[in-house]
Amino acid sequence: MATLTVPATIPSVNEDCEQLRKAFSGWGTNEGLIIAILGHRNAEQRKLIRQTYAETYGEDLLKALDKELSDDFERVVLVWTLDPAERDAFLANEATKRWTSSNQVLMEIACTRSANQLLHARQAYHARYKKSLEEDVAHHTTGDFRKLLLPLVCSYRYEGDEVNMTLAKSEAKLLHEKISNKAYNDDDLIRVLATRSKAQINATLNRYKNEYGNDLNKDLKADPKDEFLALLRATVKCLVRPESYFEKVLRLAINRRGTDEGALTRVVTTRAEVDLKIIADEYQRRNSVPLDRAIAKDTHGDYEKMLLALAGHVEA
Amino acid sequence: MAPFLLIALLLVYLFTLNSFKAKKMGHPAEVEVLSKALSGIGVDEKSLVSILTKSHHEHKRSIRRGCSQFFFEDERQFERWNDDAIKTLKGEFKRFKDAVVLSLMHPWERDARLLKKALKKGPQQYGVIVEIACTRSSEQLLGARKAYHSLFERSIEEDLAAHIKGSERKLLVALVSAYRYEGPKVKEDTAKSEAKALLNAIKNADKRRLIEDEEVIRILTTRSKPHLKEVYEQYKKISGKSITEDFEAELFLKETIECLCTPHTYFTKVFDTALRVDANEDAKKALTRLITTQEAGNFKGVSAKFAHKIEERVKGAYKDVLLGVLARGEMNGQV
Repeated sequence: MATLTVPATIPSVNEDCEQLRKAFSGWGTNEGLIIAILGHRNAEQRKLIRQTYAETYGEDLLKALDKELSDDFERVVLVWTLDPAERDAFLANEATKRWTSSNQVLMEIACTRSANQLLHARQAYHARYKKSLEEDVAHHTTGDFRKLLLPLVCSYRYEGDEVNMTLAKSEAKLLHEKISNKAYNDDDLIRVLATRSKAQINATLNRYKNEYGNDLNKDLKADPKDEFLALLRATVKCLVRPESYFEKVLRLAINRRGTDEGALTRVVTTRAEVDLKIIADEYQRRNSVPLDRAIAKDTHGDYEKMLLALAGHVEA
Repeated sequence: MAPFLLIALLLVYLFTLNSFKAKKMGHPAEVEVLSKALSGIGVDEKSLVSILTKSHHEHKRSIRRGCSQFFFEDERQFERWNDDAIKTLKGEFKRFKDAVVLSLMHPWERDARLLKKALKKGPQQYGVIVEIACTRSSEQLLGARKAYHSLFERSIEEDLAAHIKGSERKLLVALVSAYRYEGPKVKEDTAKSEAKALLNAIKNADKRRLIEDEEVIRILTTRSKPHLKEVYEQYKKISGKSITEDFEAELFLKETIECLCTPHTYFTKVFDTALRVDANEDAKKALTRLITTQEAGNFKGVSAKFAHKIEERVKGAYKDVLLGVLARGEMNGQV
């Protein structure tokens, strides 16, 4: 469930644009106004605002934001304002660049989006970067990581609920064999994770636990320092329990000494319109403190305000 | 007196023998027409109609006796259809029906079904997977993947990955998973370095493993077609040969390059193989597949080049479809 709140009656698009323009004009910037507007509009509404703003003032809203805002606040507003497909393309592209490279982000996008959402991200990637997502991922990753990530970003999984229990049994057996032999980068192991439908993978994991006693991820913990294993575990989690995966990302981002603003921004902006409520419930369950309180404690200023707006926080 | 009688008897004997032989051989003209109507690609429906409607019992018997490729003498003294011949004929009659069904099918369903069939048939048909994955546009290939979900409740990549066991698995799965950028933008530097990388791979590889080489697969399965065409050109510059020549030993890699960079060469080859006298069923099926799935513009010049062979080898309604599609292609290059 989404946490984004849009007021029942909202001003017209033209009014929104006018207000935003006002927020930029003069000496300072009226961040509160920006949060009040953009922080409470859904993807379609934001798209319309961007279009209208460009038509009215001859400038891309995002460029204006880039000029006026800075730091974490700018990033959260910028990333939020993009529409979901563009946002995924933007984050994925960042994740392939040297200084901001992140196998985790690539895997996260590939595995937590629906087949069509991933597809739209790939289309947006073509439009924005004039190349394909897979050629960048292939070019900028190597070895086992490429072996796993490339099929993940190229997948177009079947989305039905149908499950073949015989197949689940045989693939659970196959996974168990490979893991017992520590063949973590095995072709077939990767094949199962990268091509099967999420429902089928879930059935396979259940079968695995029934047959062999442990959760698959527990058996993948053989070496806590191995980065590839960590990615593999995260992949499995993203495919069958994304809310649990996101809870952990948030937990690590917030509770660490300092805050991982990158991860925090990413999770909040990409899930606010999807399932941030469920993730927040998970968070409270696991950490005994509501998500918005944890965010408020760990961040400050306009950055904090924007995150809270997206997380559906209502001033008491 | 007696020698004359003998000679006369001999002559009569020879004469009856001859005419008896003639009856046994059937009317040579009709036998020829029938043979012609039923050999080659497709069947000549018009000739068959005329033979059937004009022949009576005697005619048909003499035809049976005259066509040894279709009939043989059974031990119980009747002319029996050759079972293999019936099987072959079935295939030839079916050709037009397949062309109709395939032509009317939505391109997405068509490609999804062709992919499934090729996978089922096994390695000798995997070339079809290469053909479809490489000659369709990104959107068309995507559409095929969607249709595959609808028809088979699985994704194409999971089926390919699970059923292909050989070294070609990586290549084929990656080819169907591609969603290539379609714009014209090409980075010449990257193309140059990737041409070099391919050259290296060829020089260093134990030829059997070239198809599993990471870099080769990466370049061929992720780069855009315009980019690959540039890589093709750069390769020629630095090595003097074409990539297709150097990949000769690896059929799937060769066809991948051909379909991506020089599709016209590939199509011409398929036509050529299909129209040979010794063409097998797979080769002939390829013809139906091509004329019903490709944009006719890809066949420019084909009808001229193969006009004589088509006239000789292809028959009936199927021939009309083939010529019609090729003609439209010459005219405006679009189906």
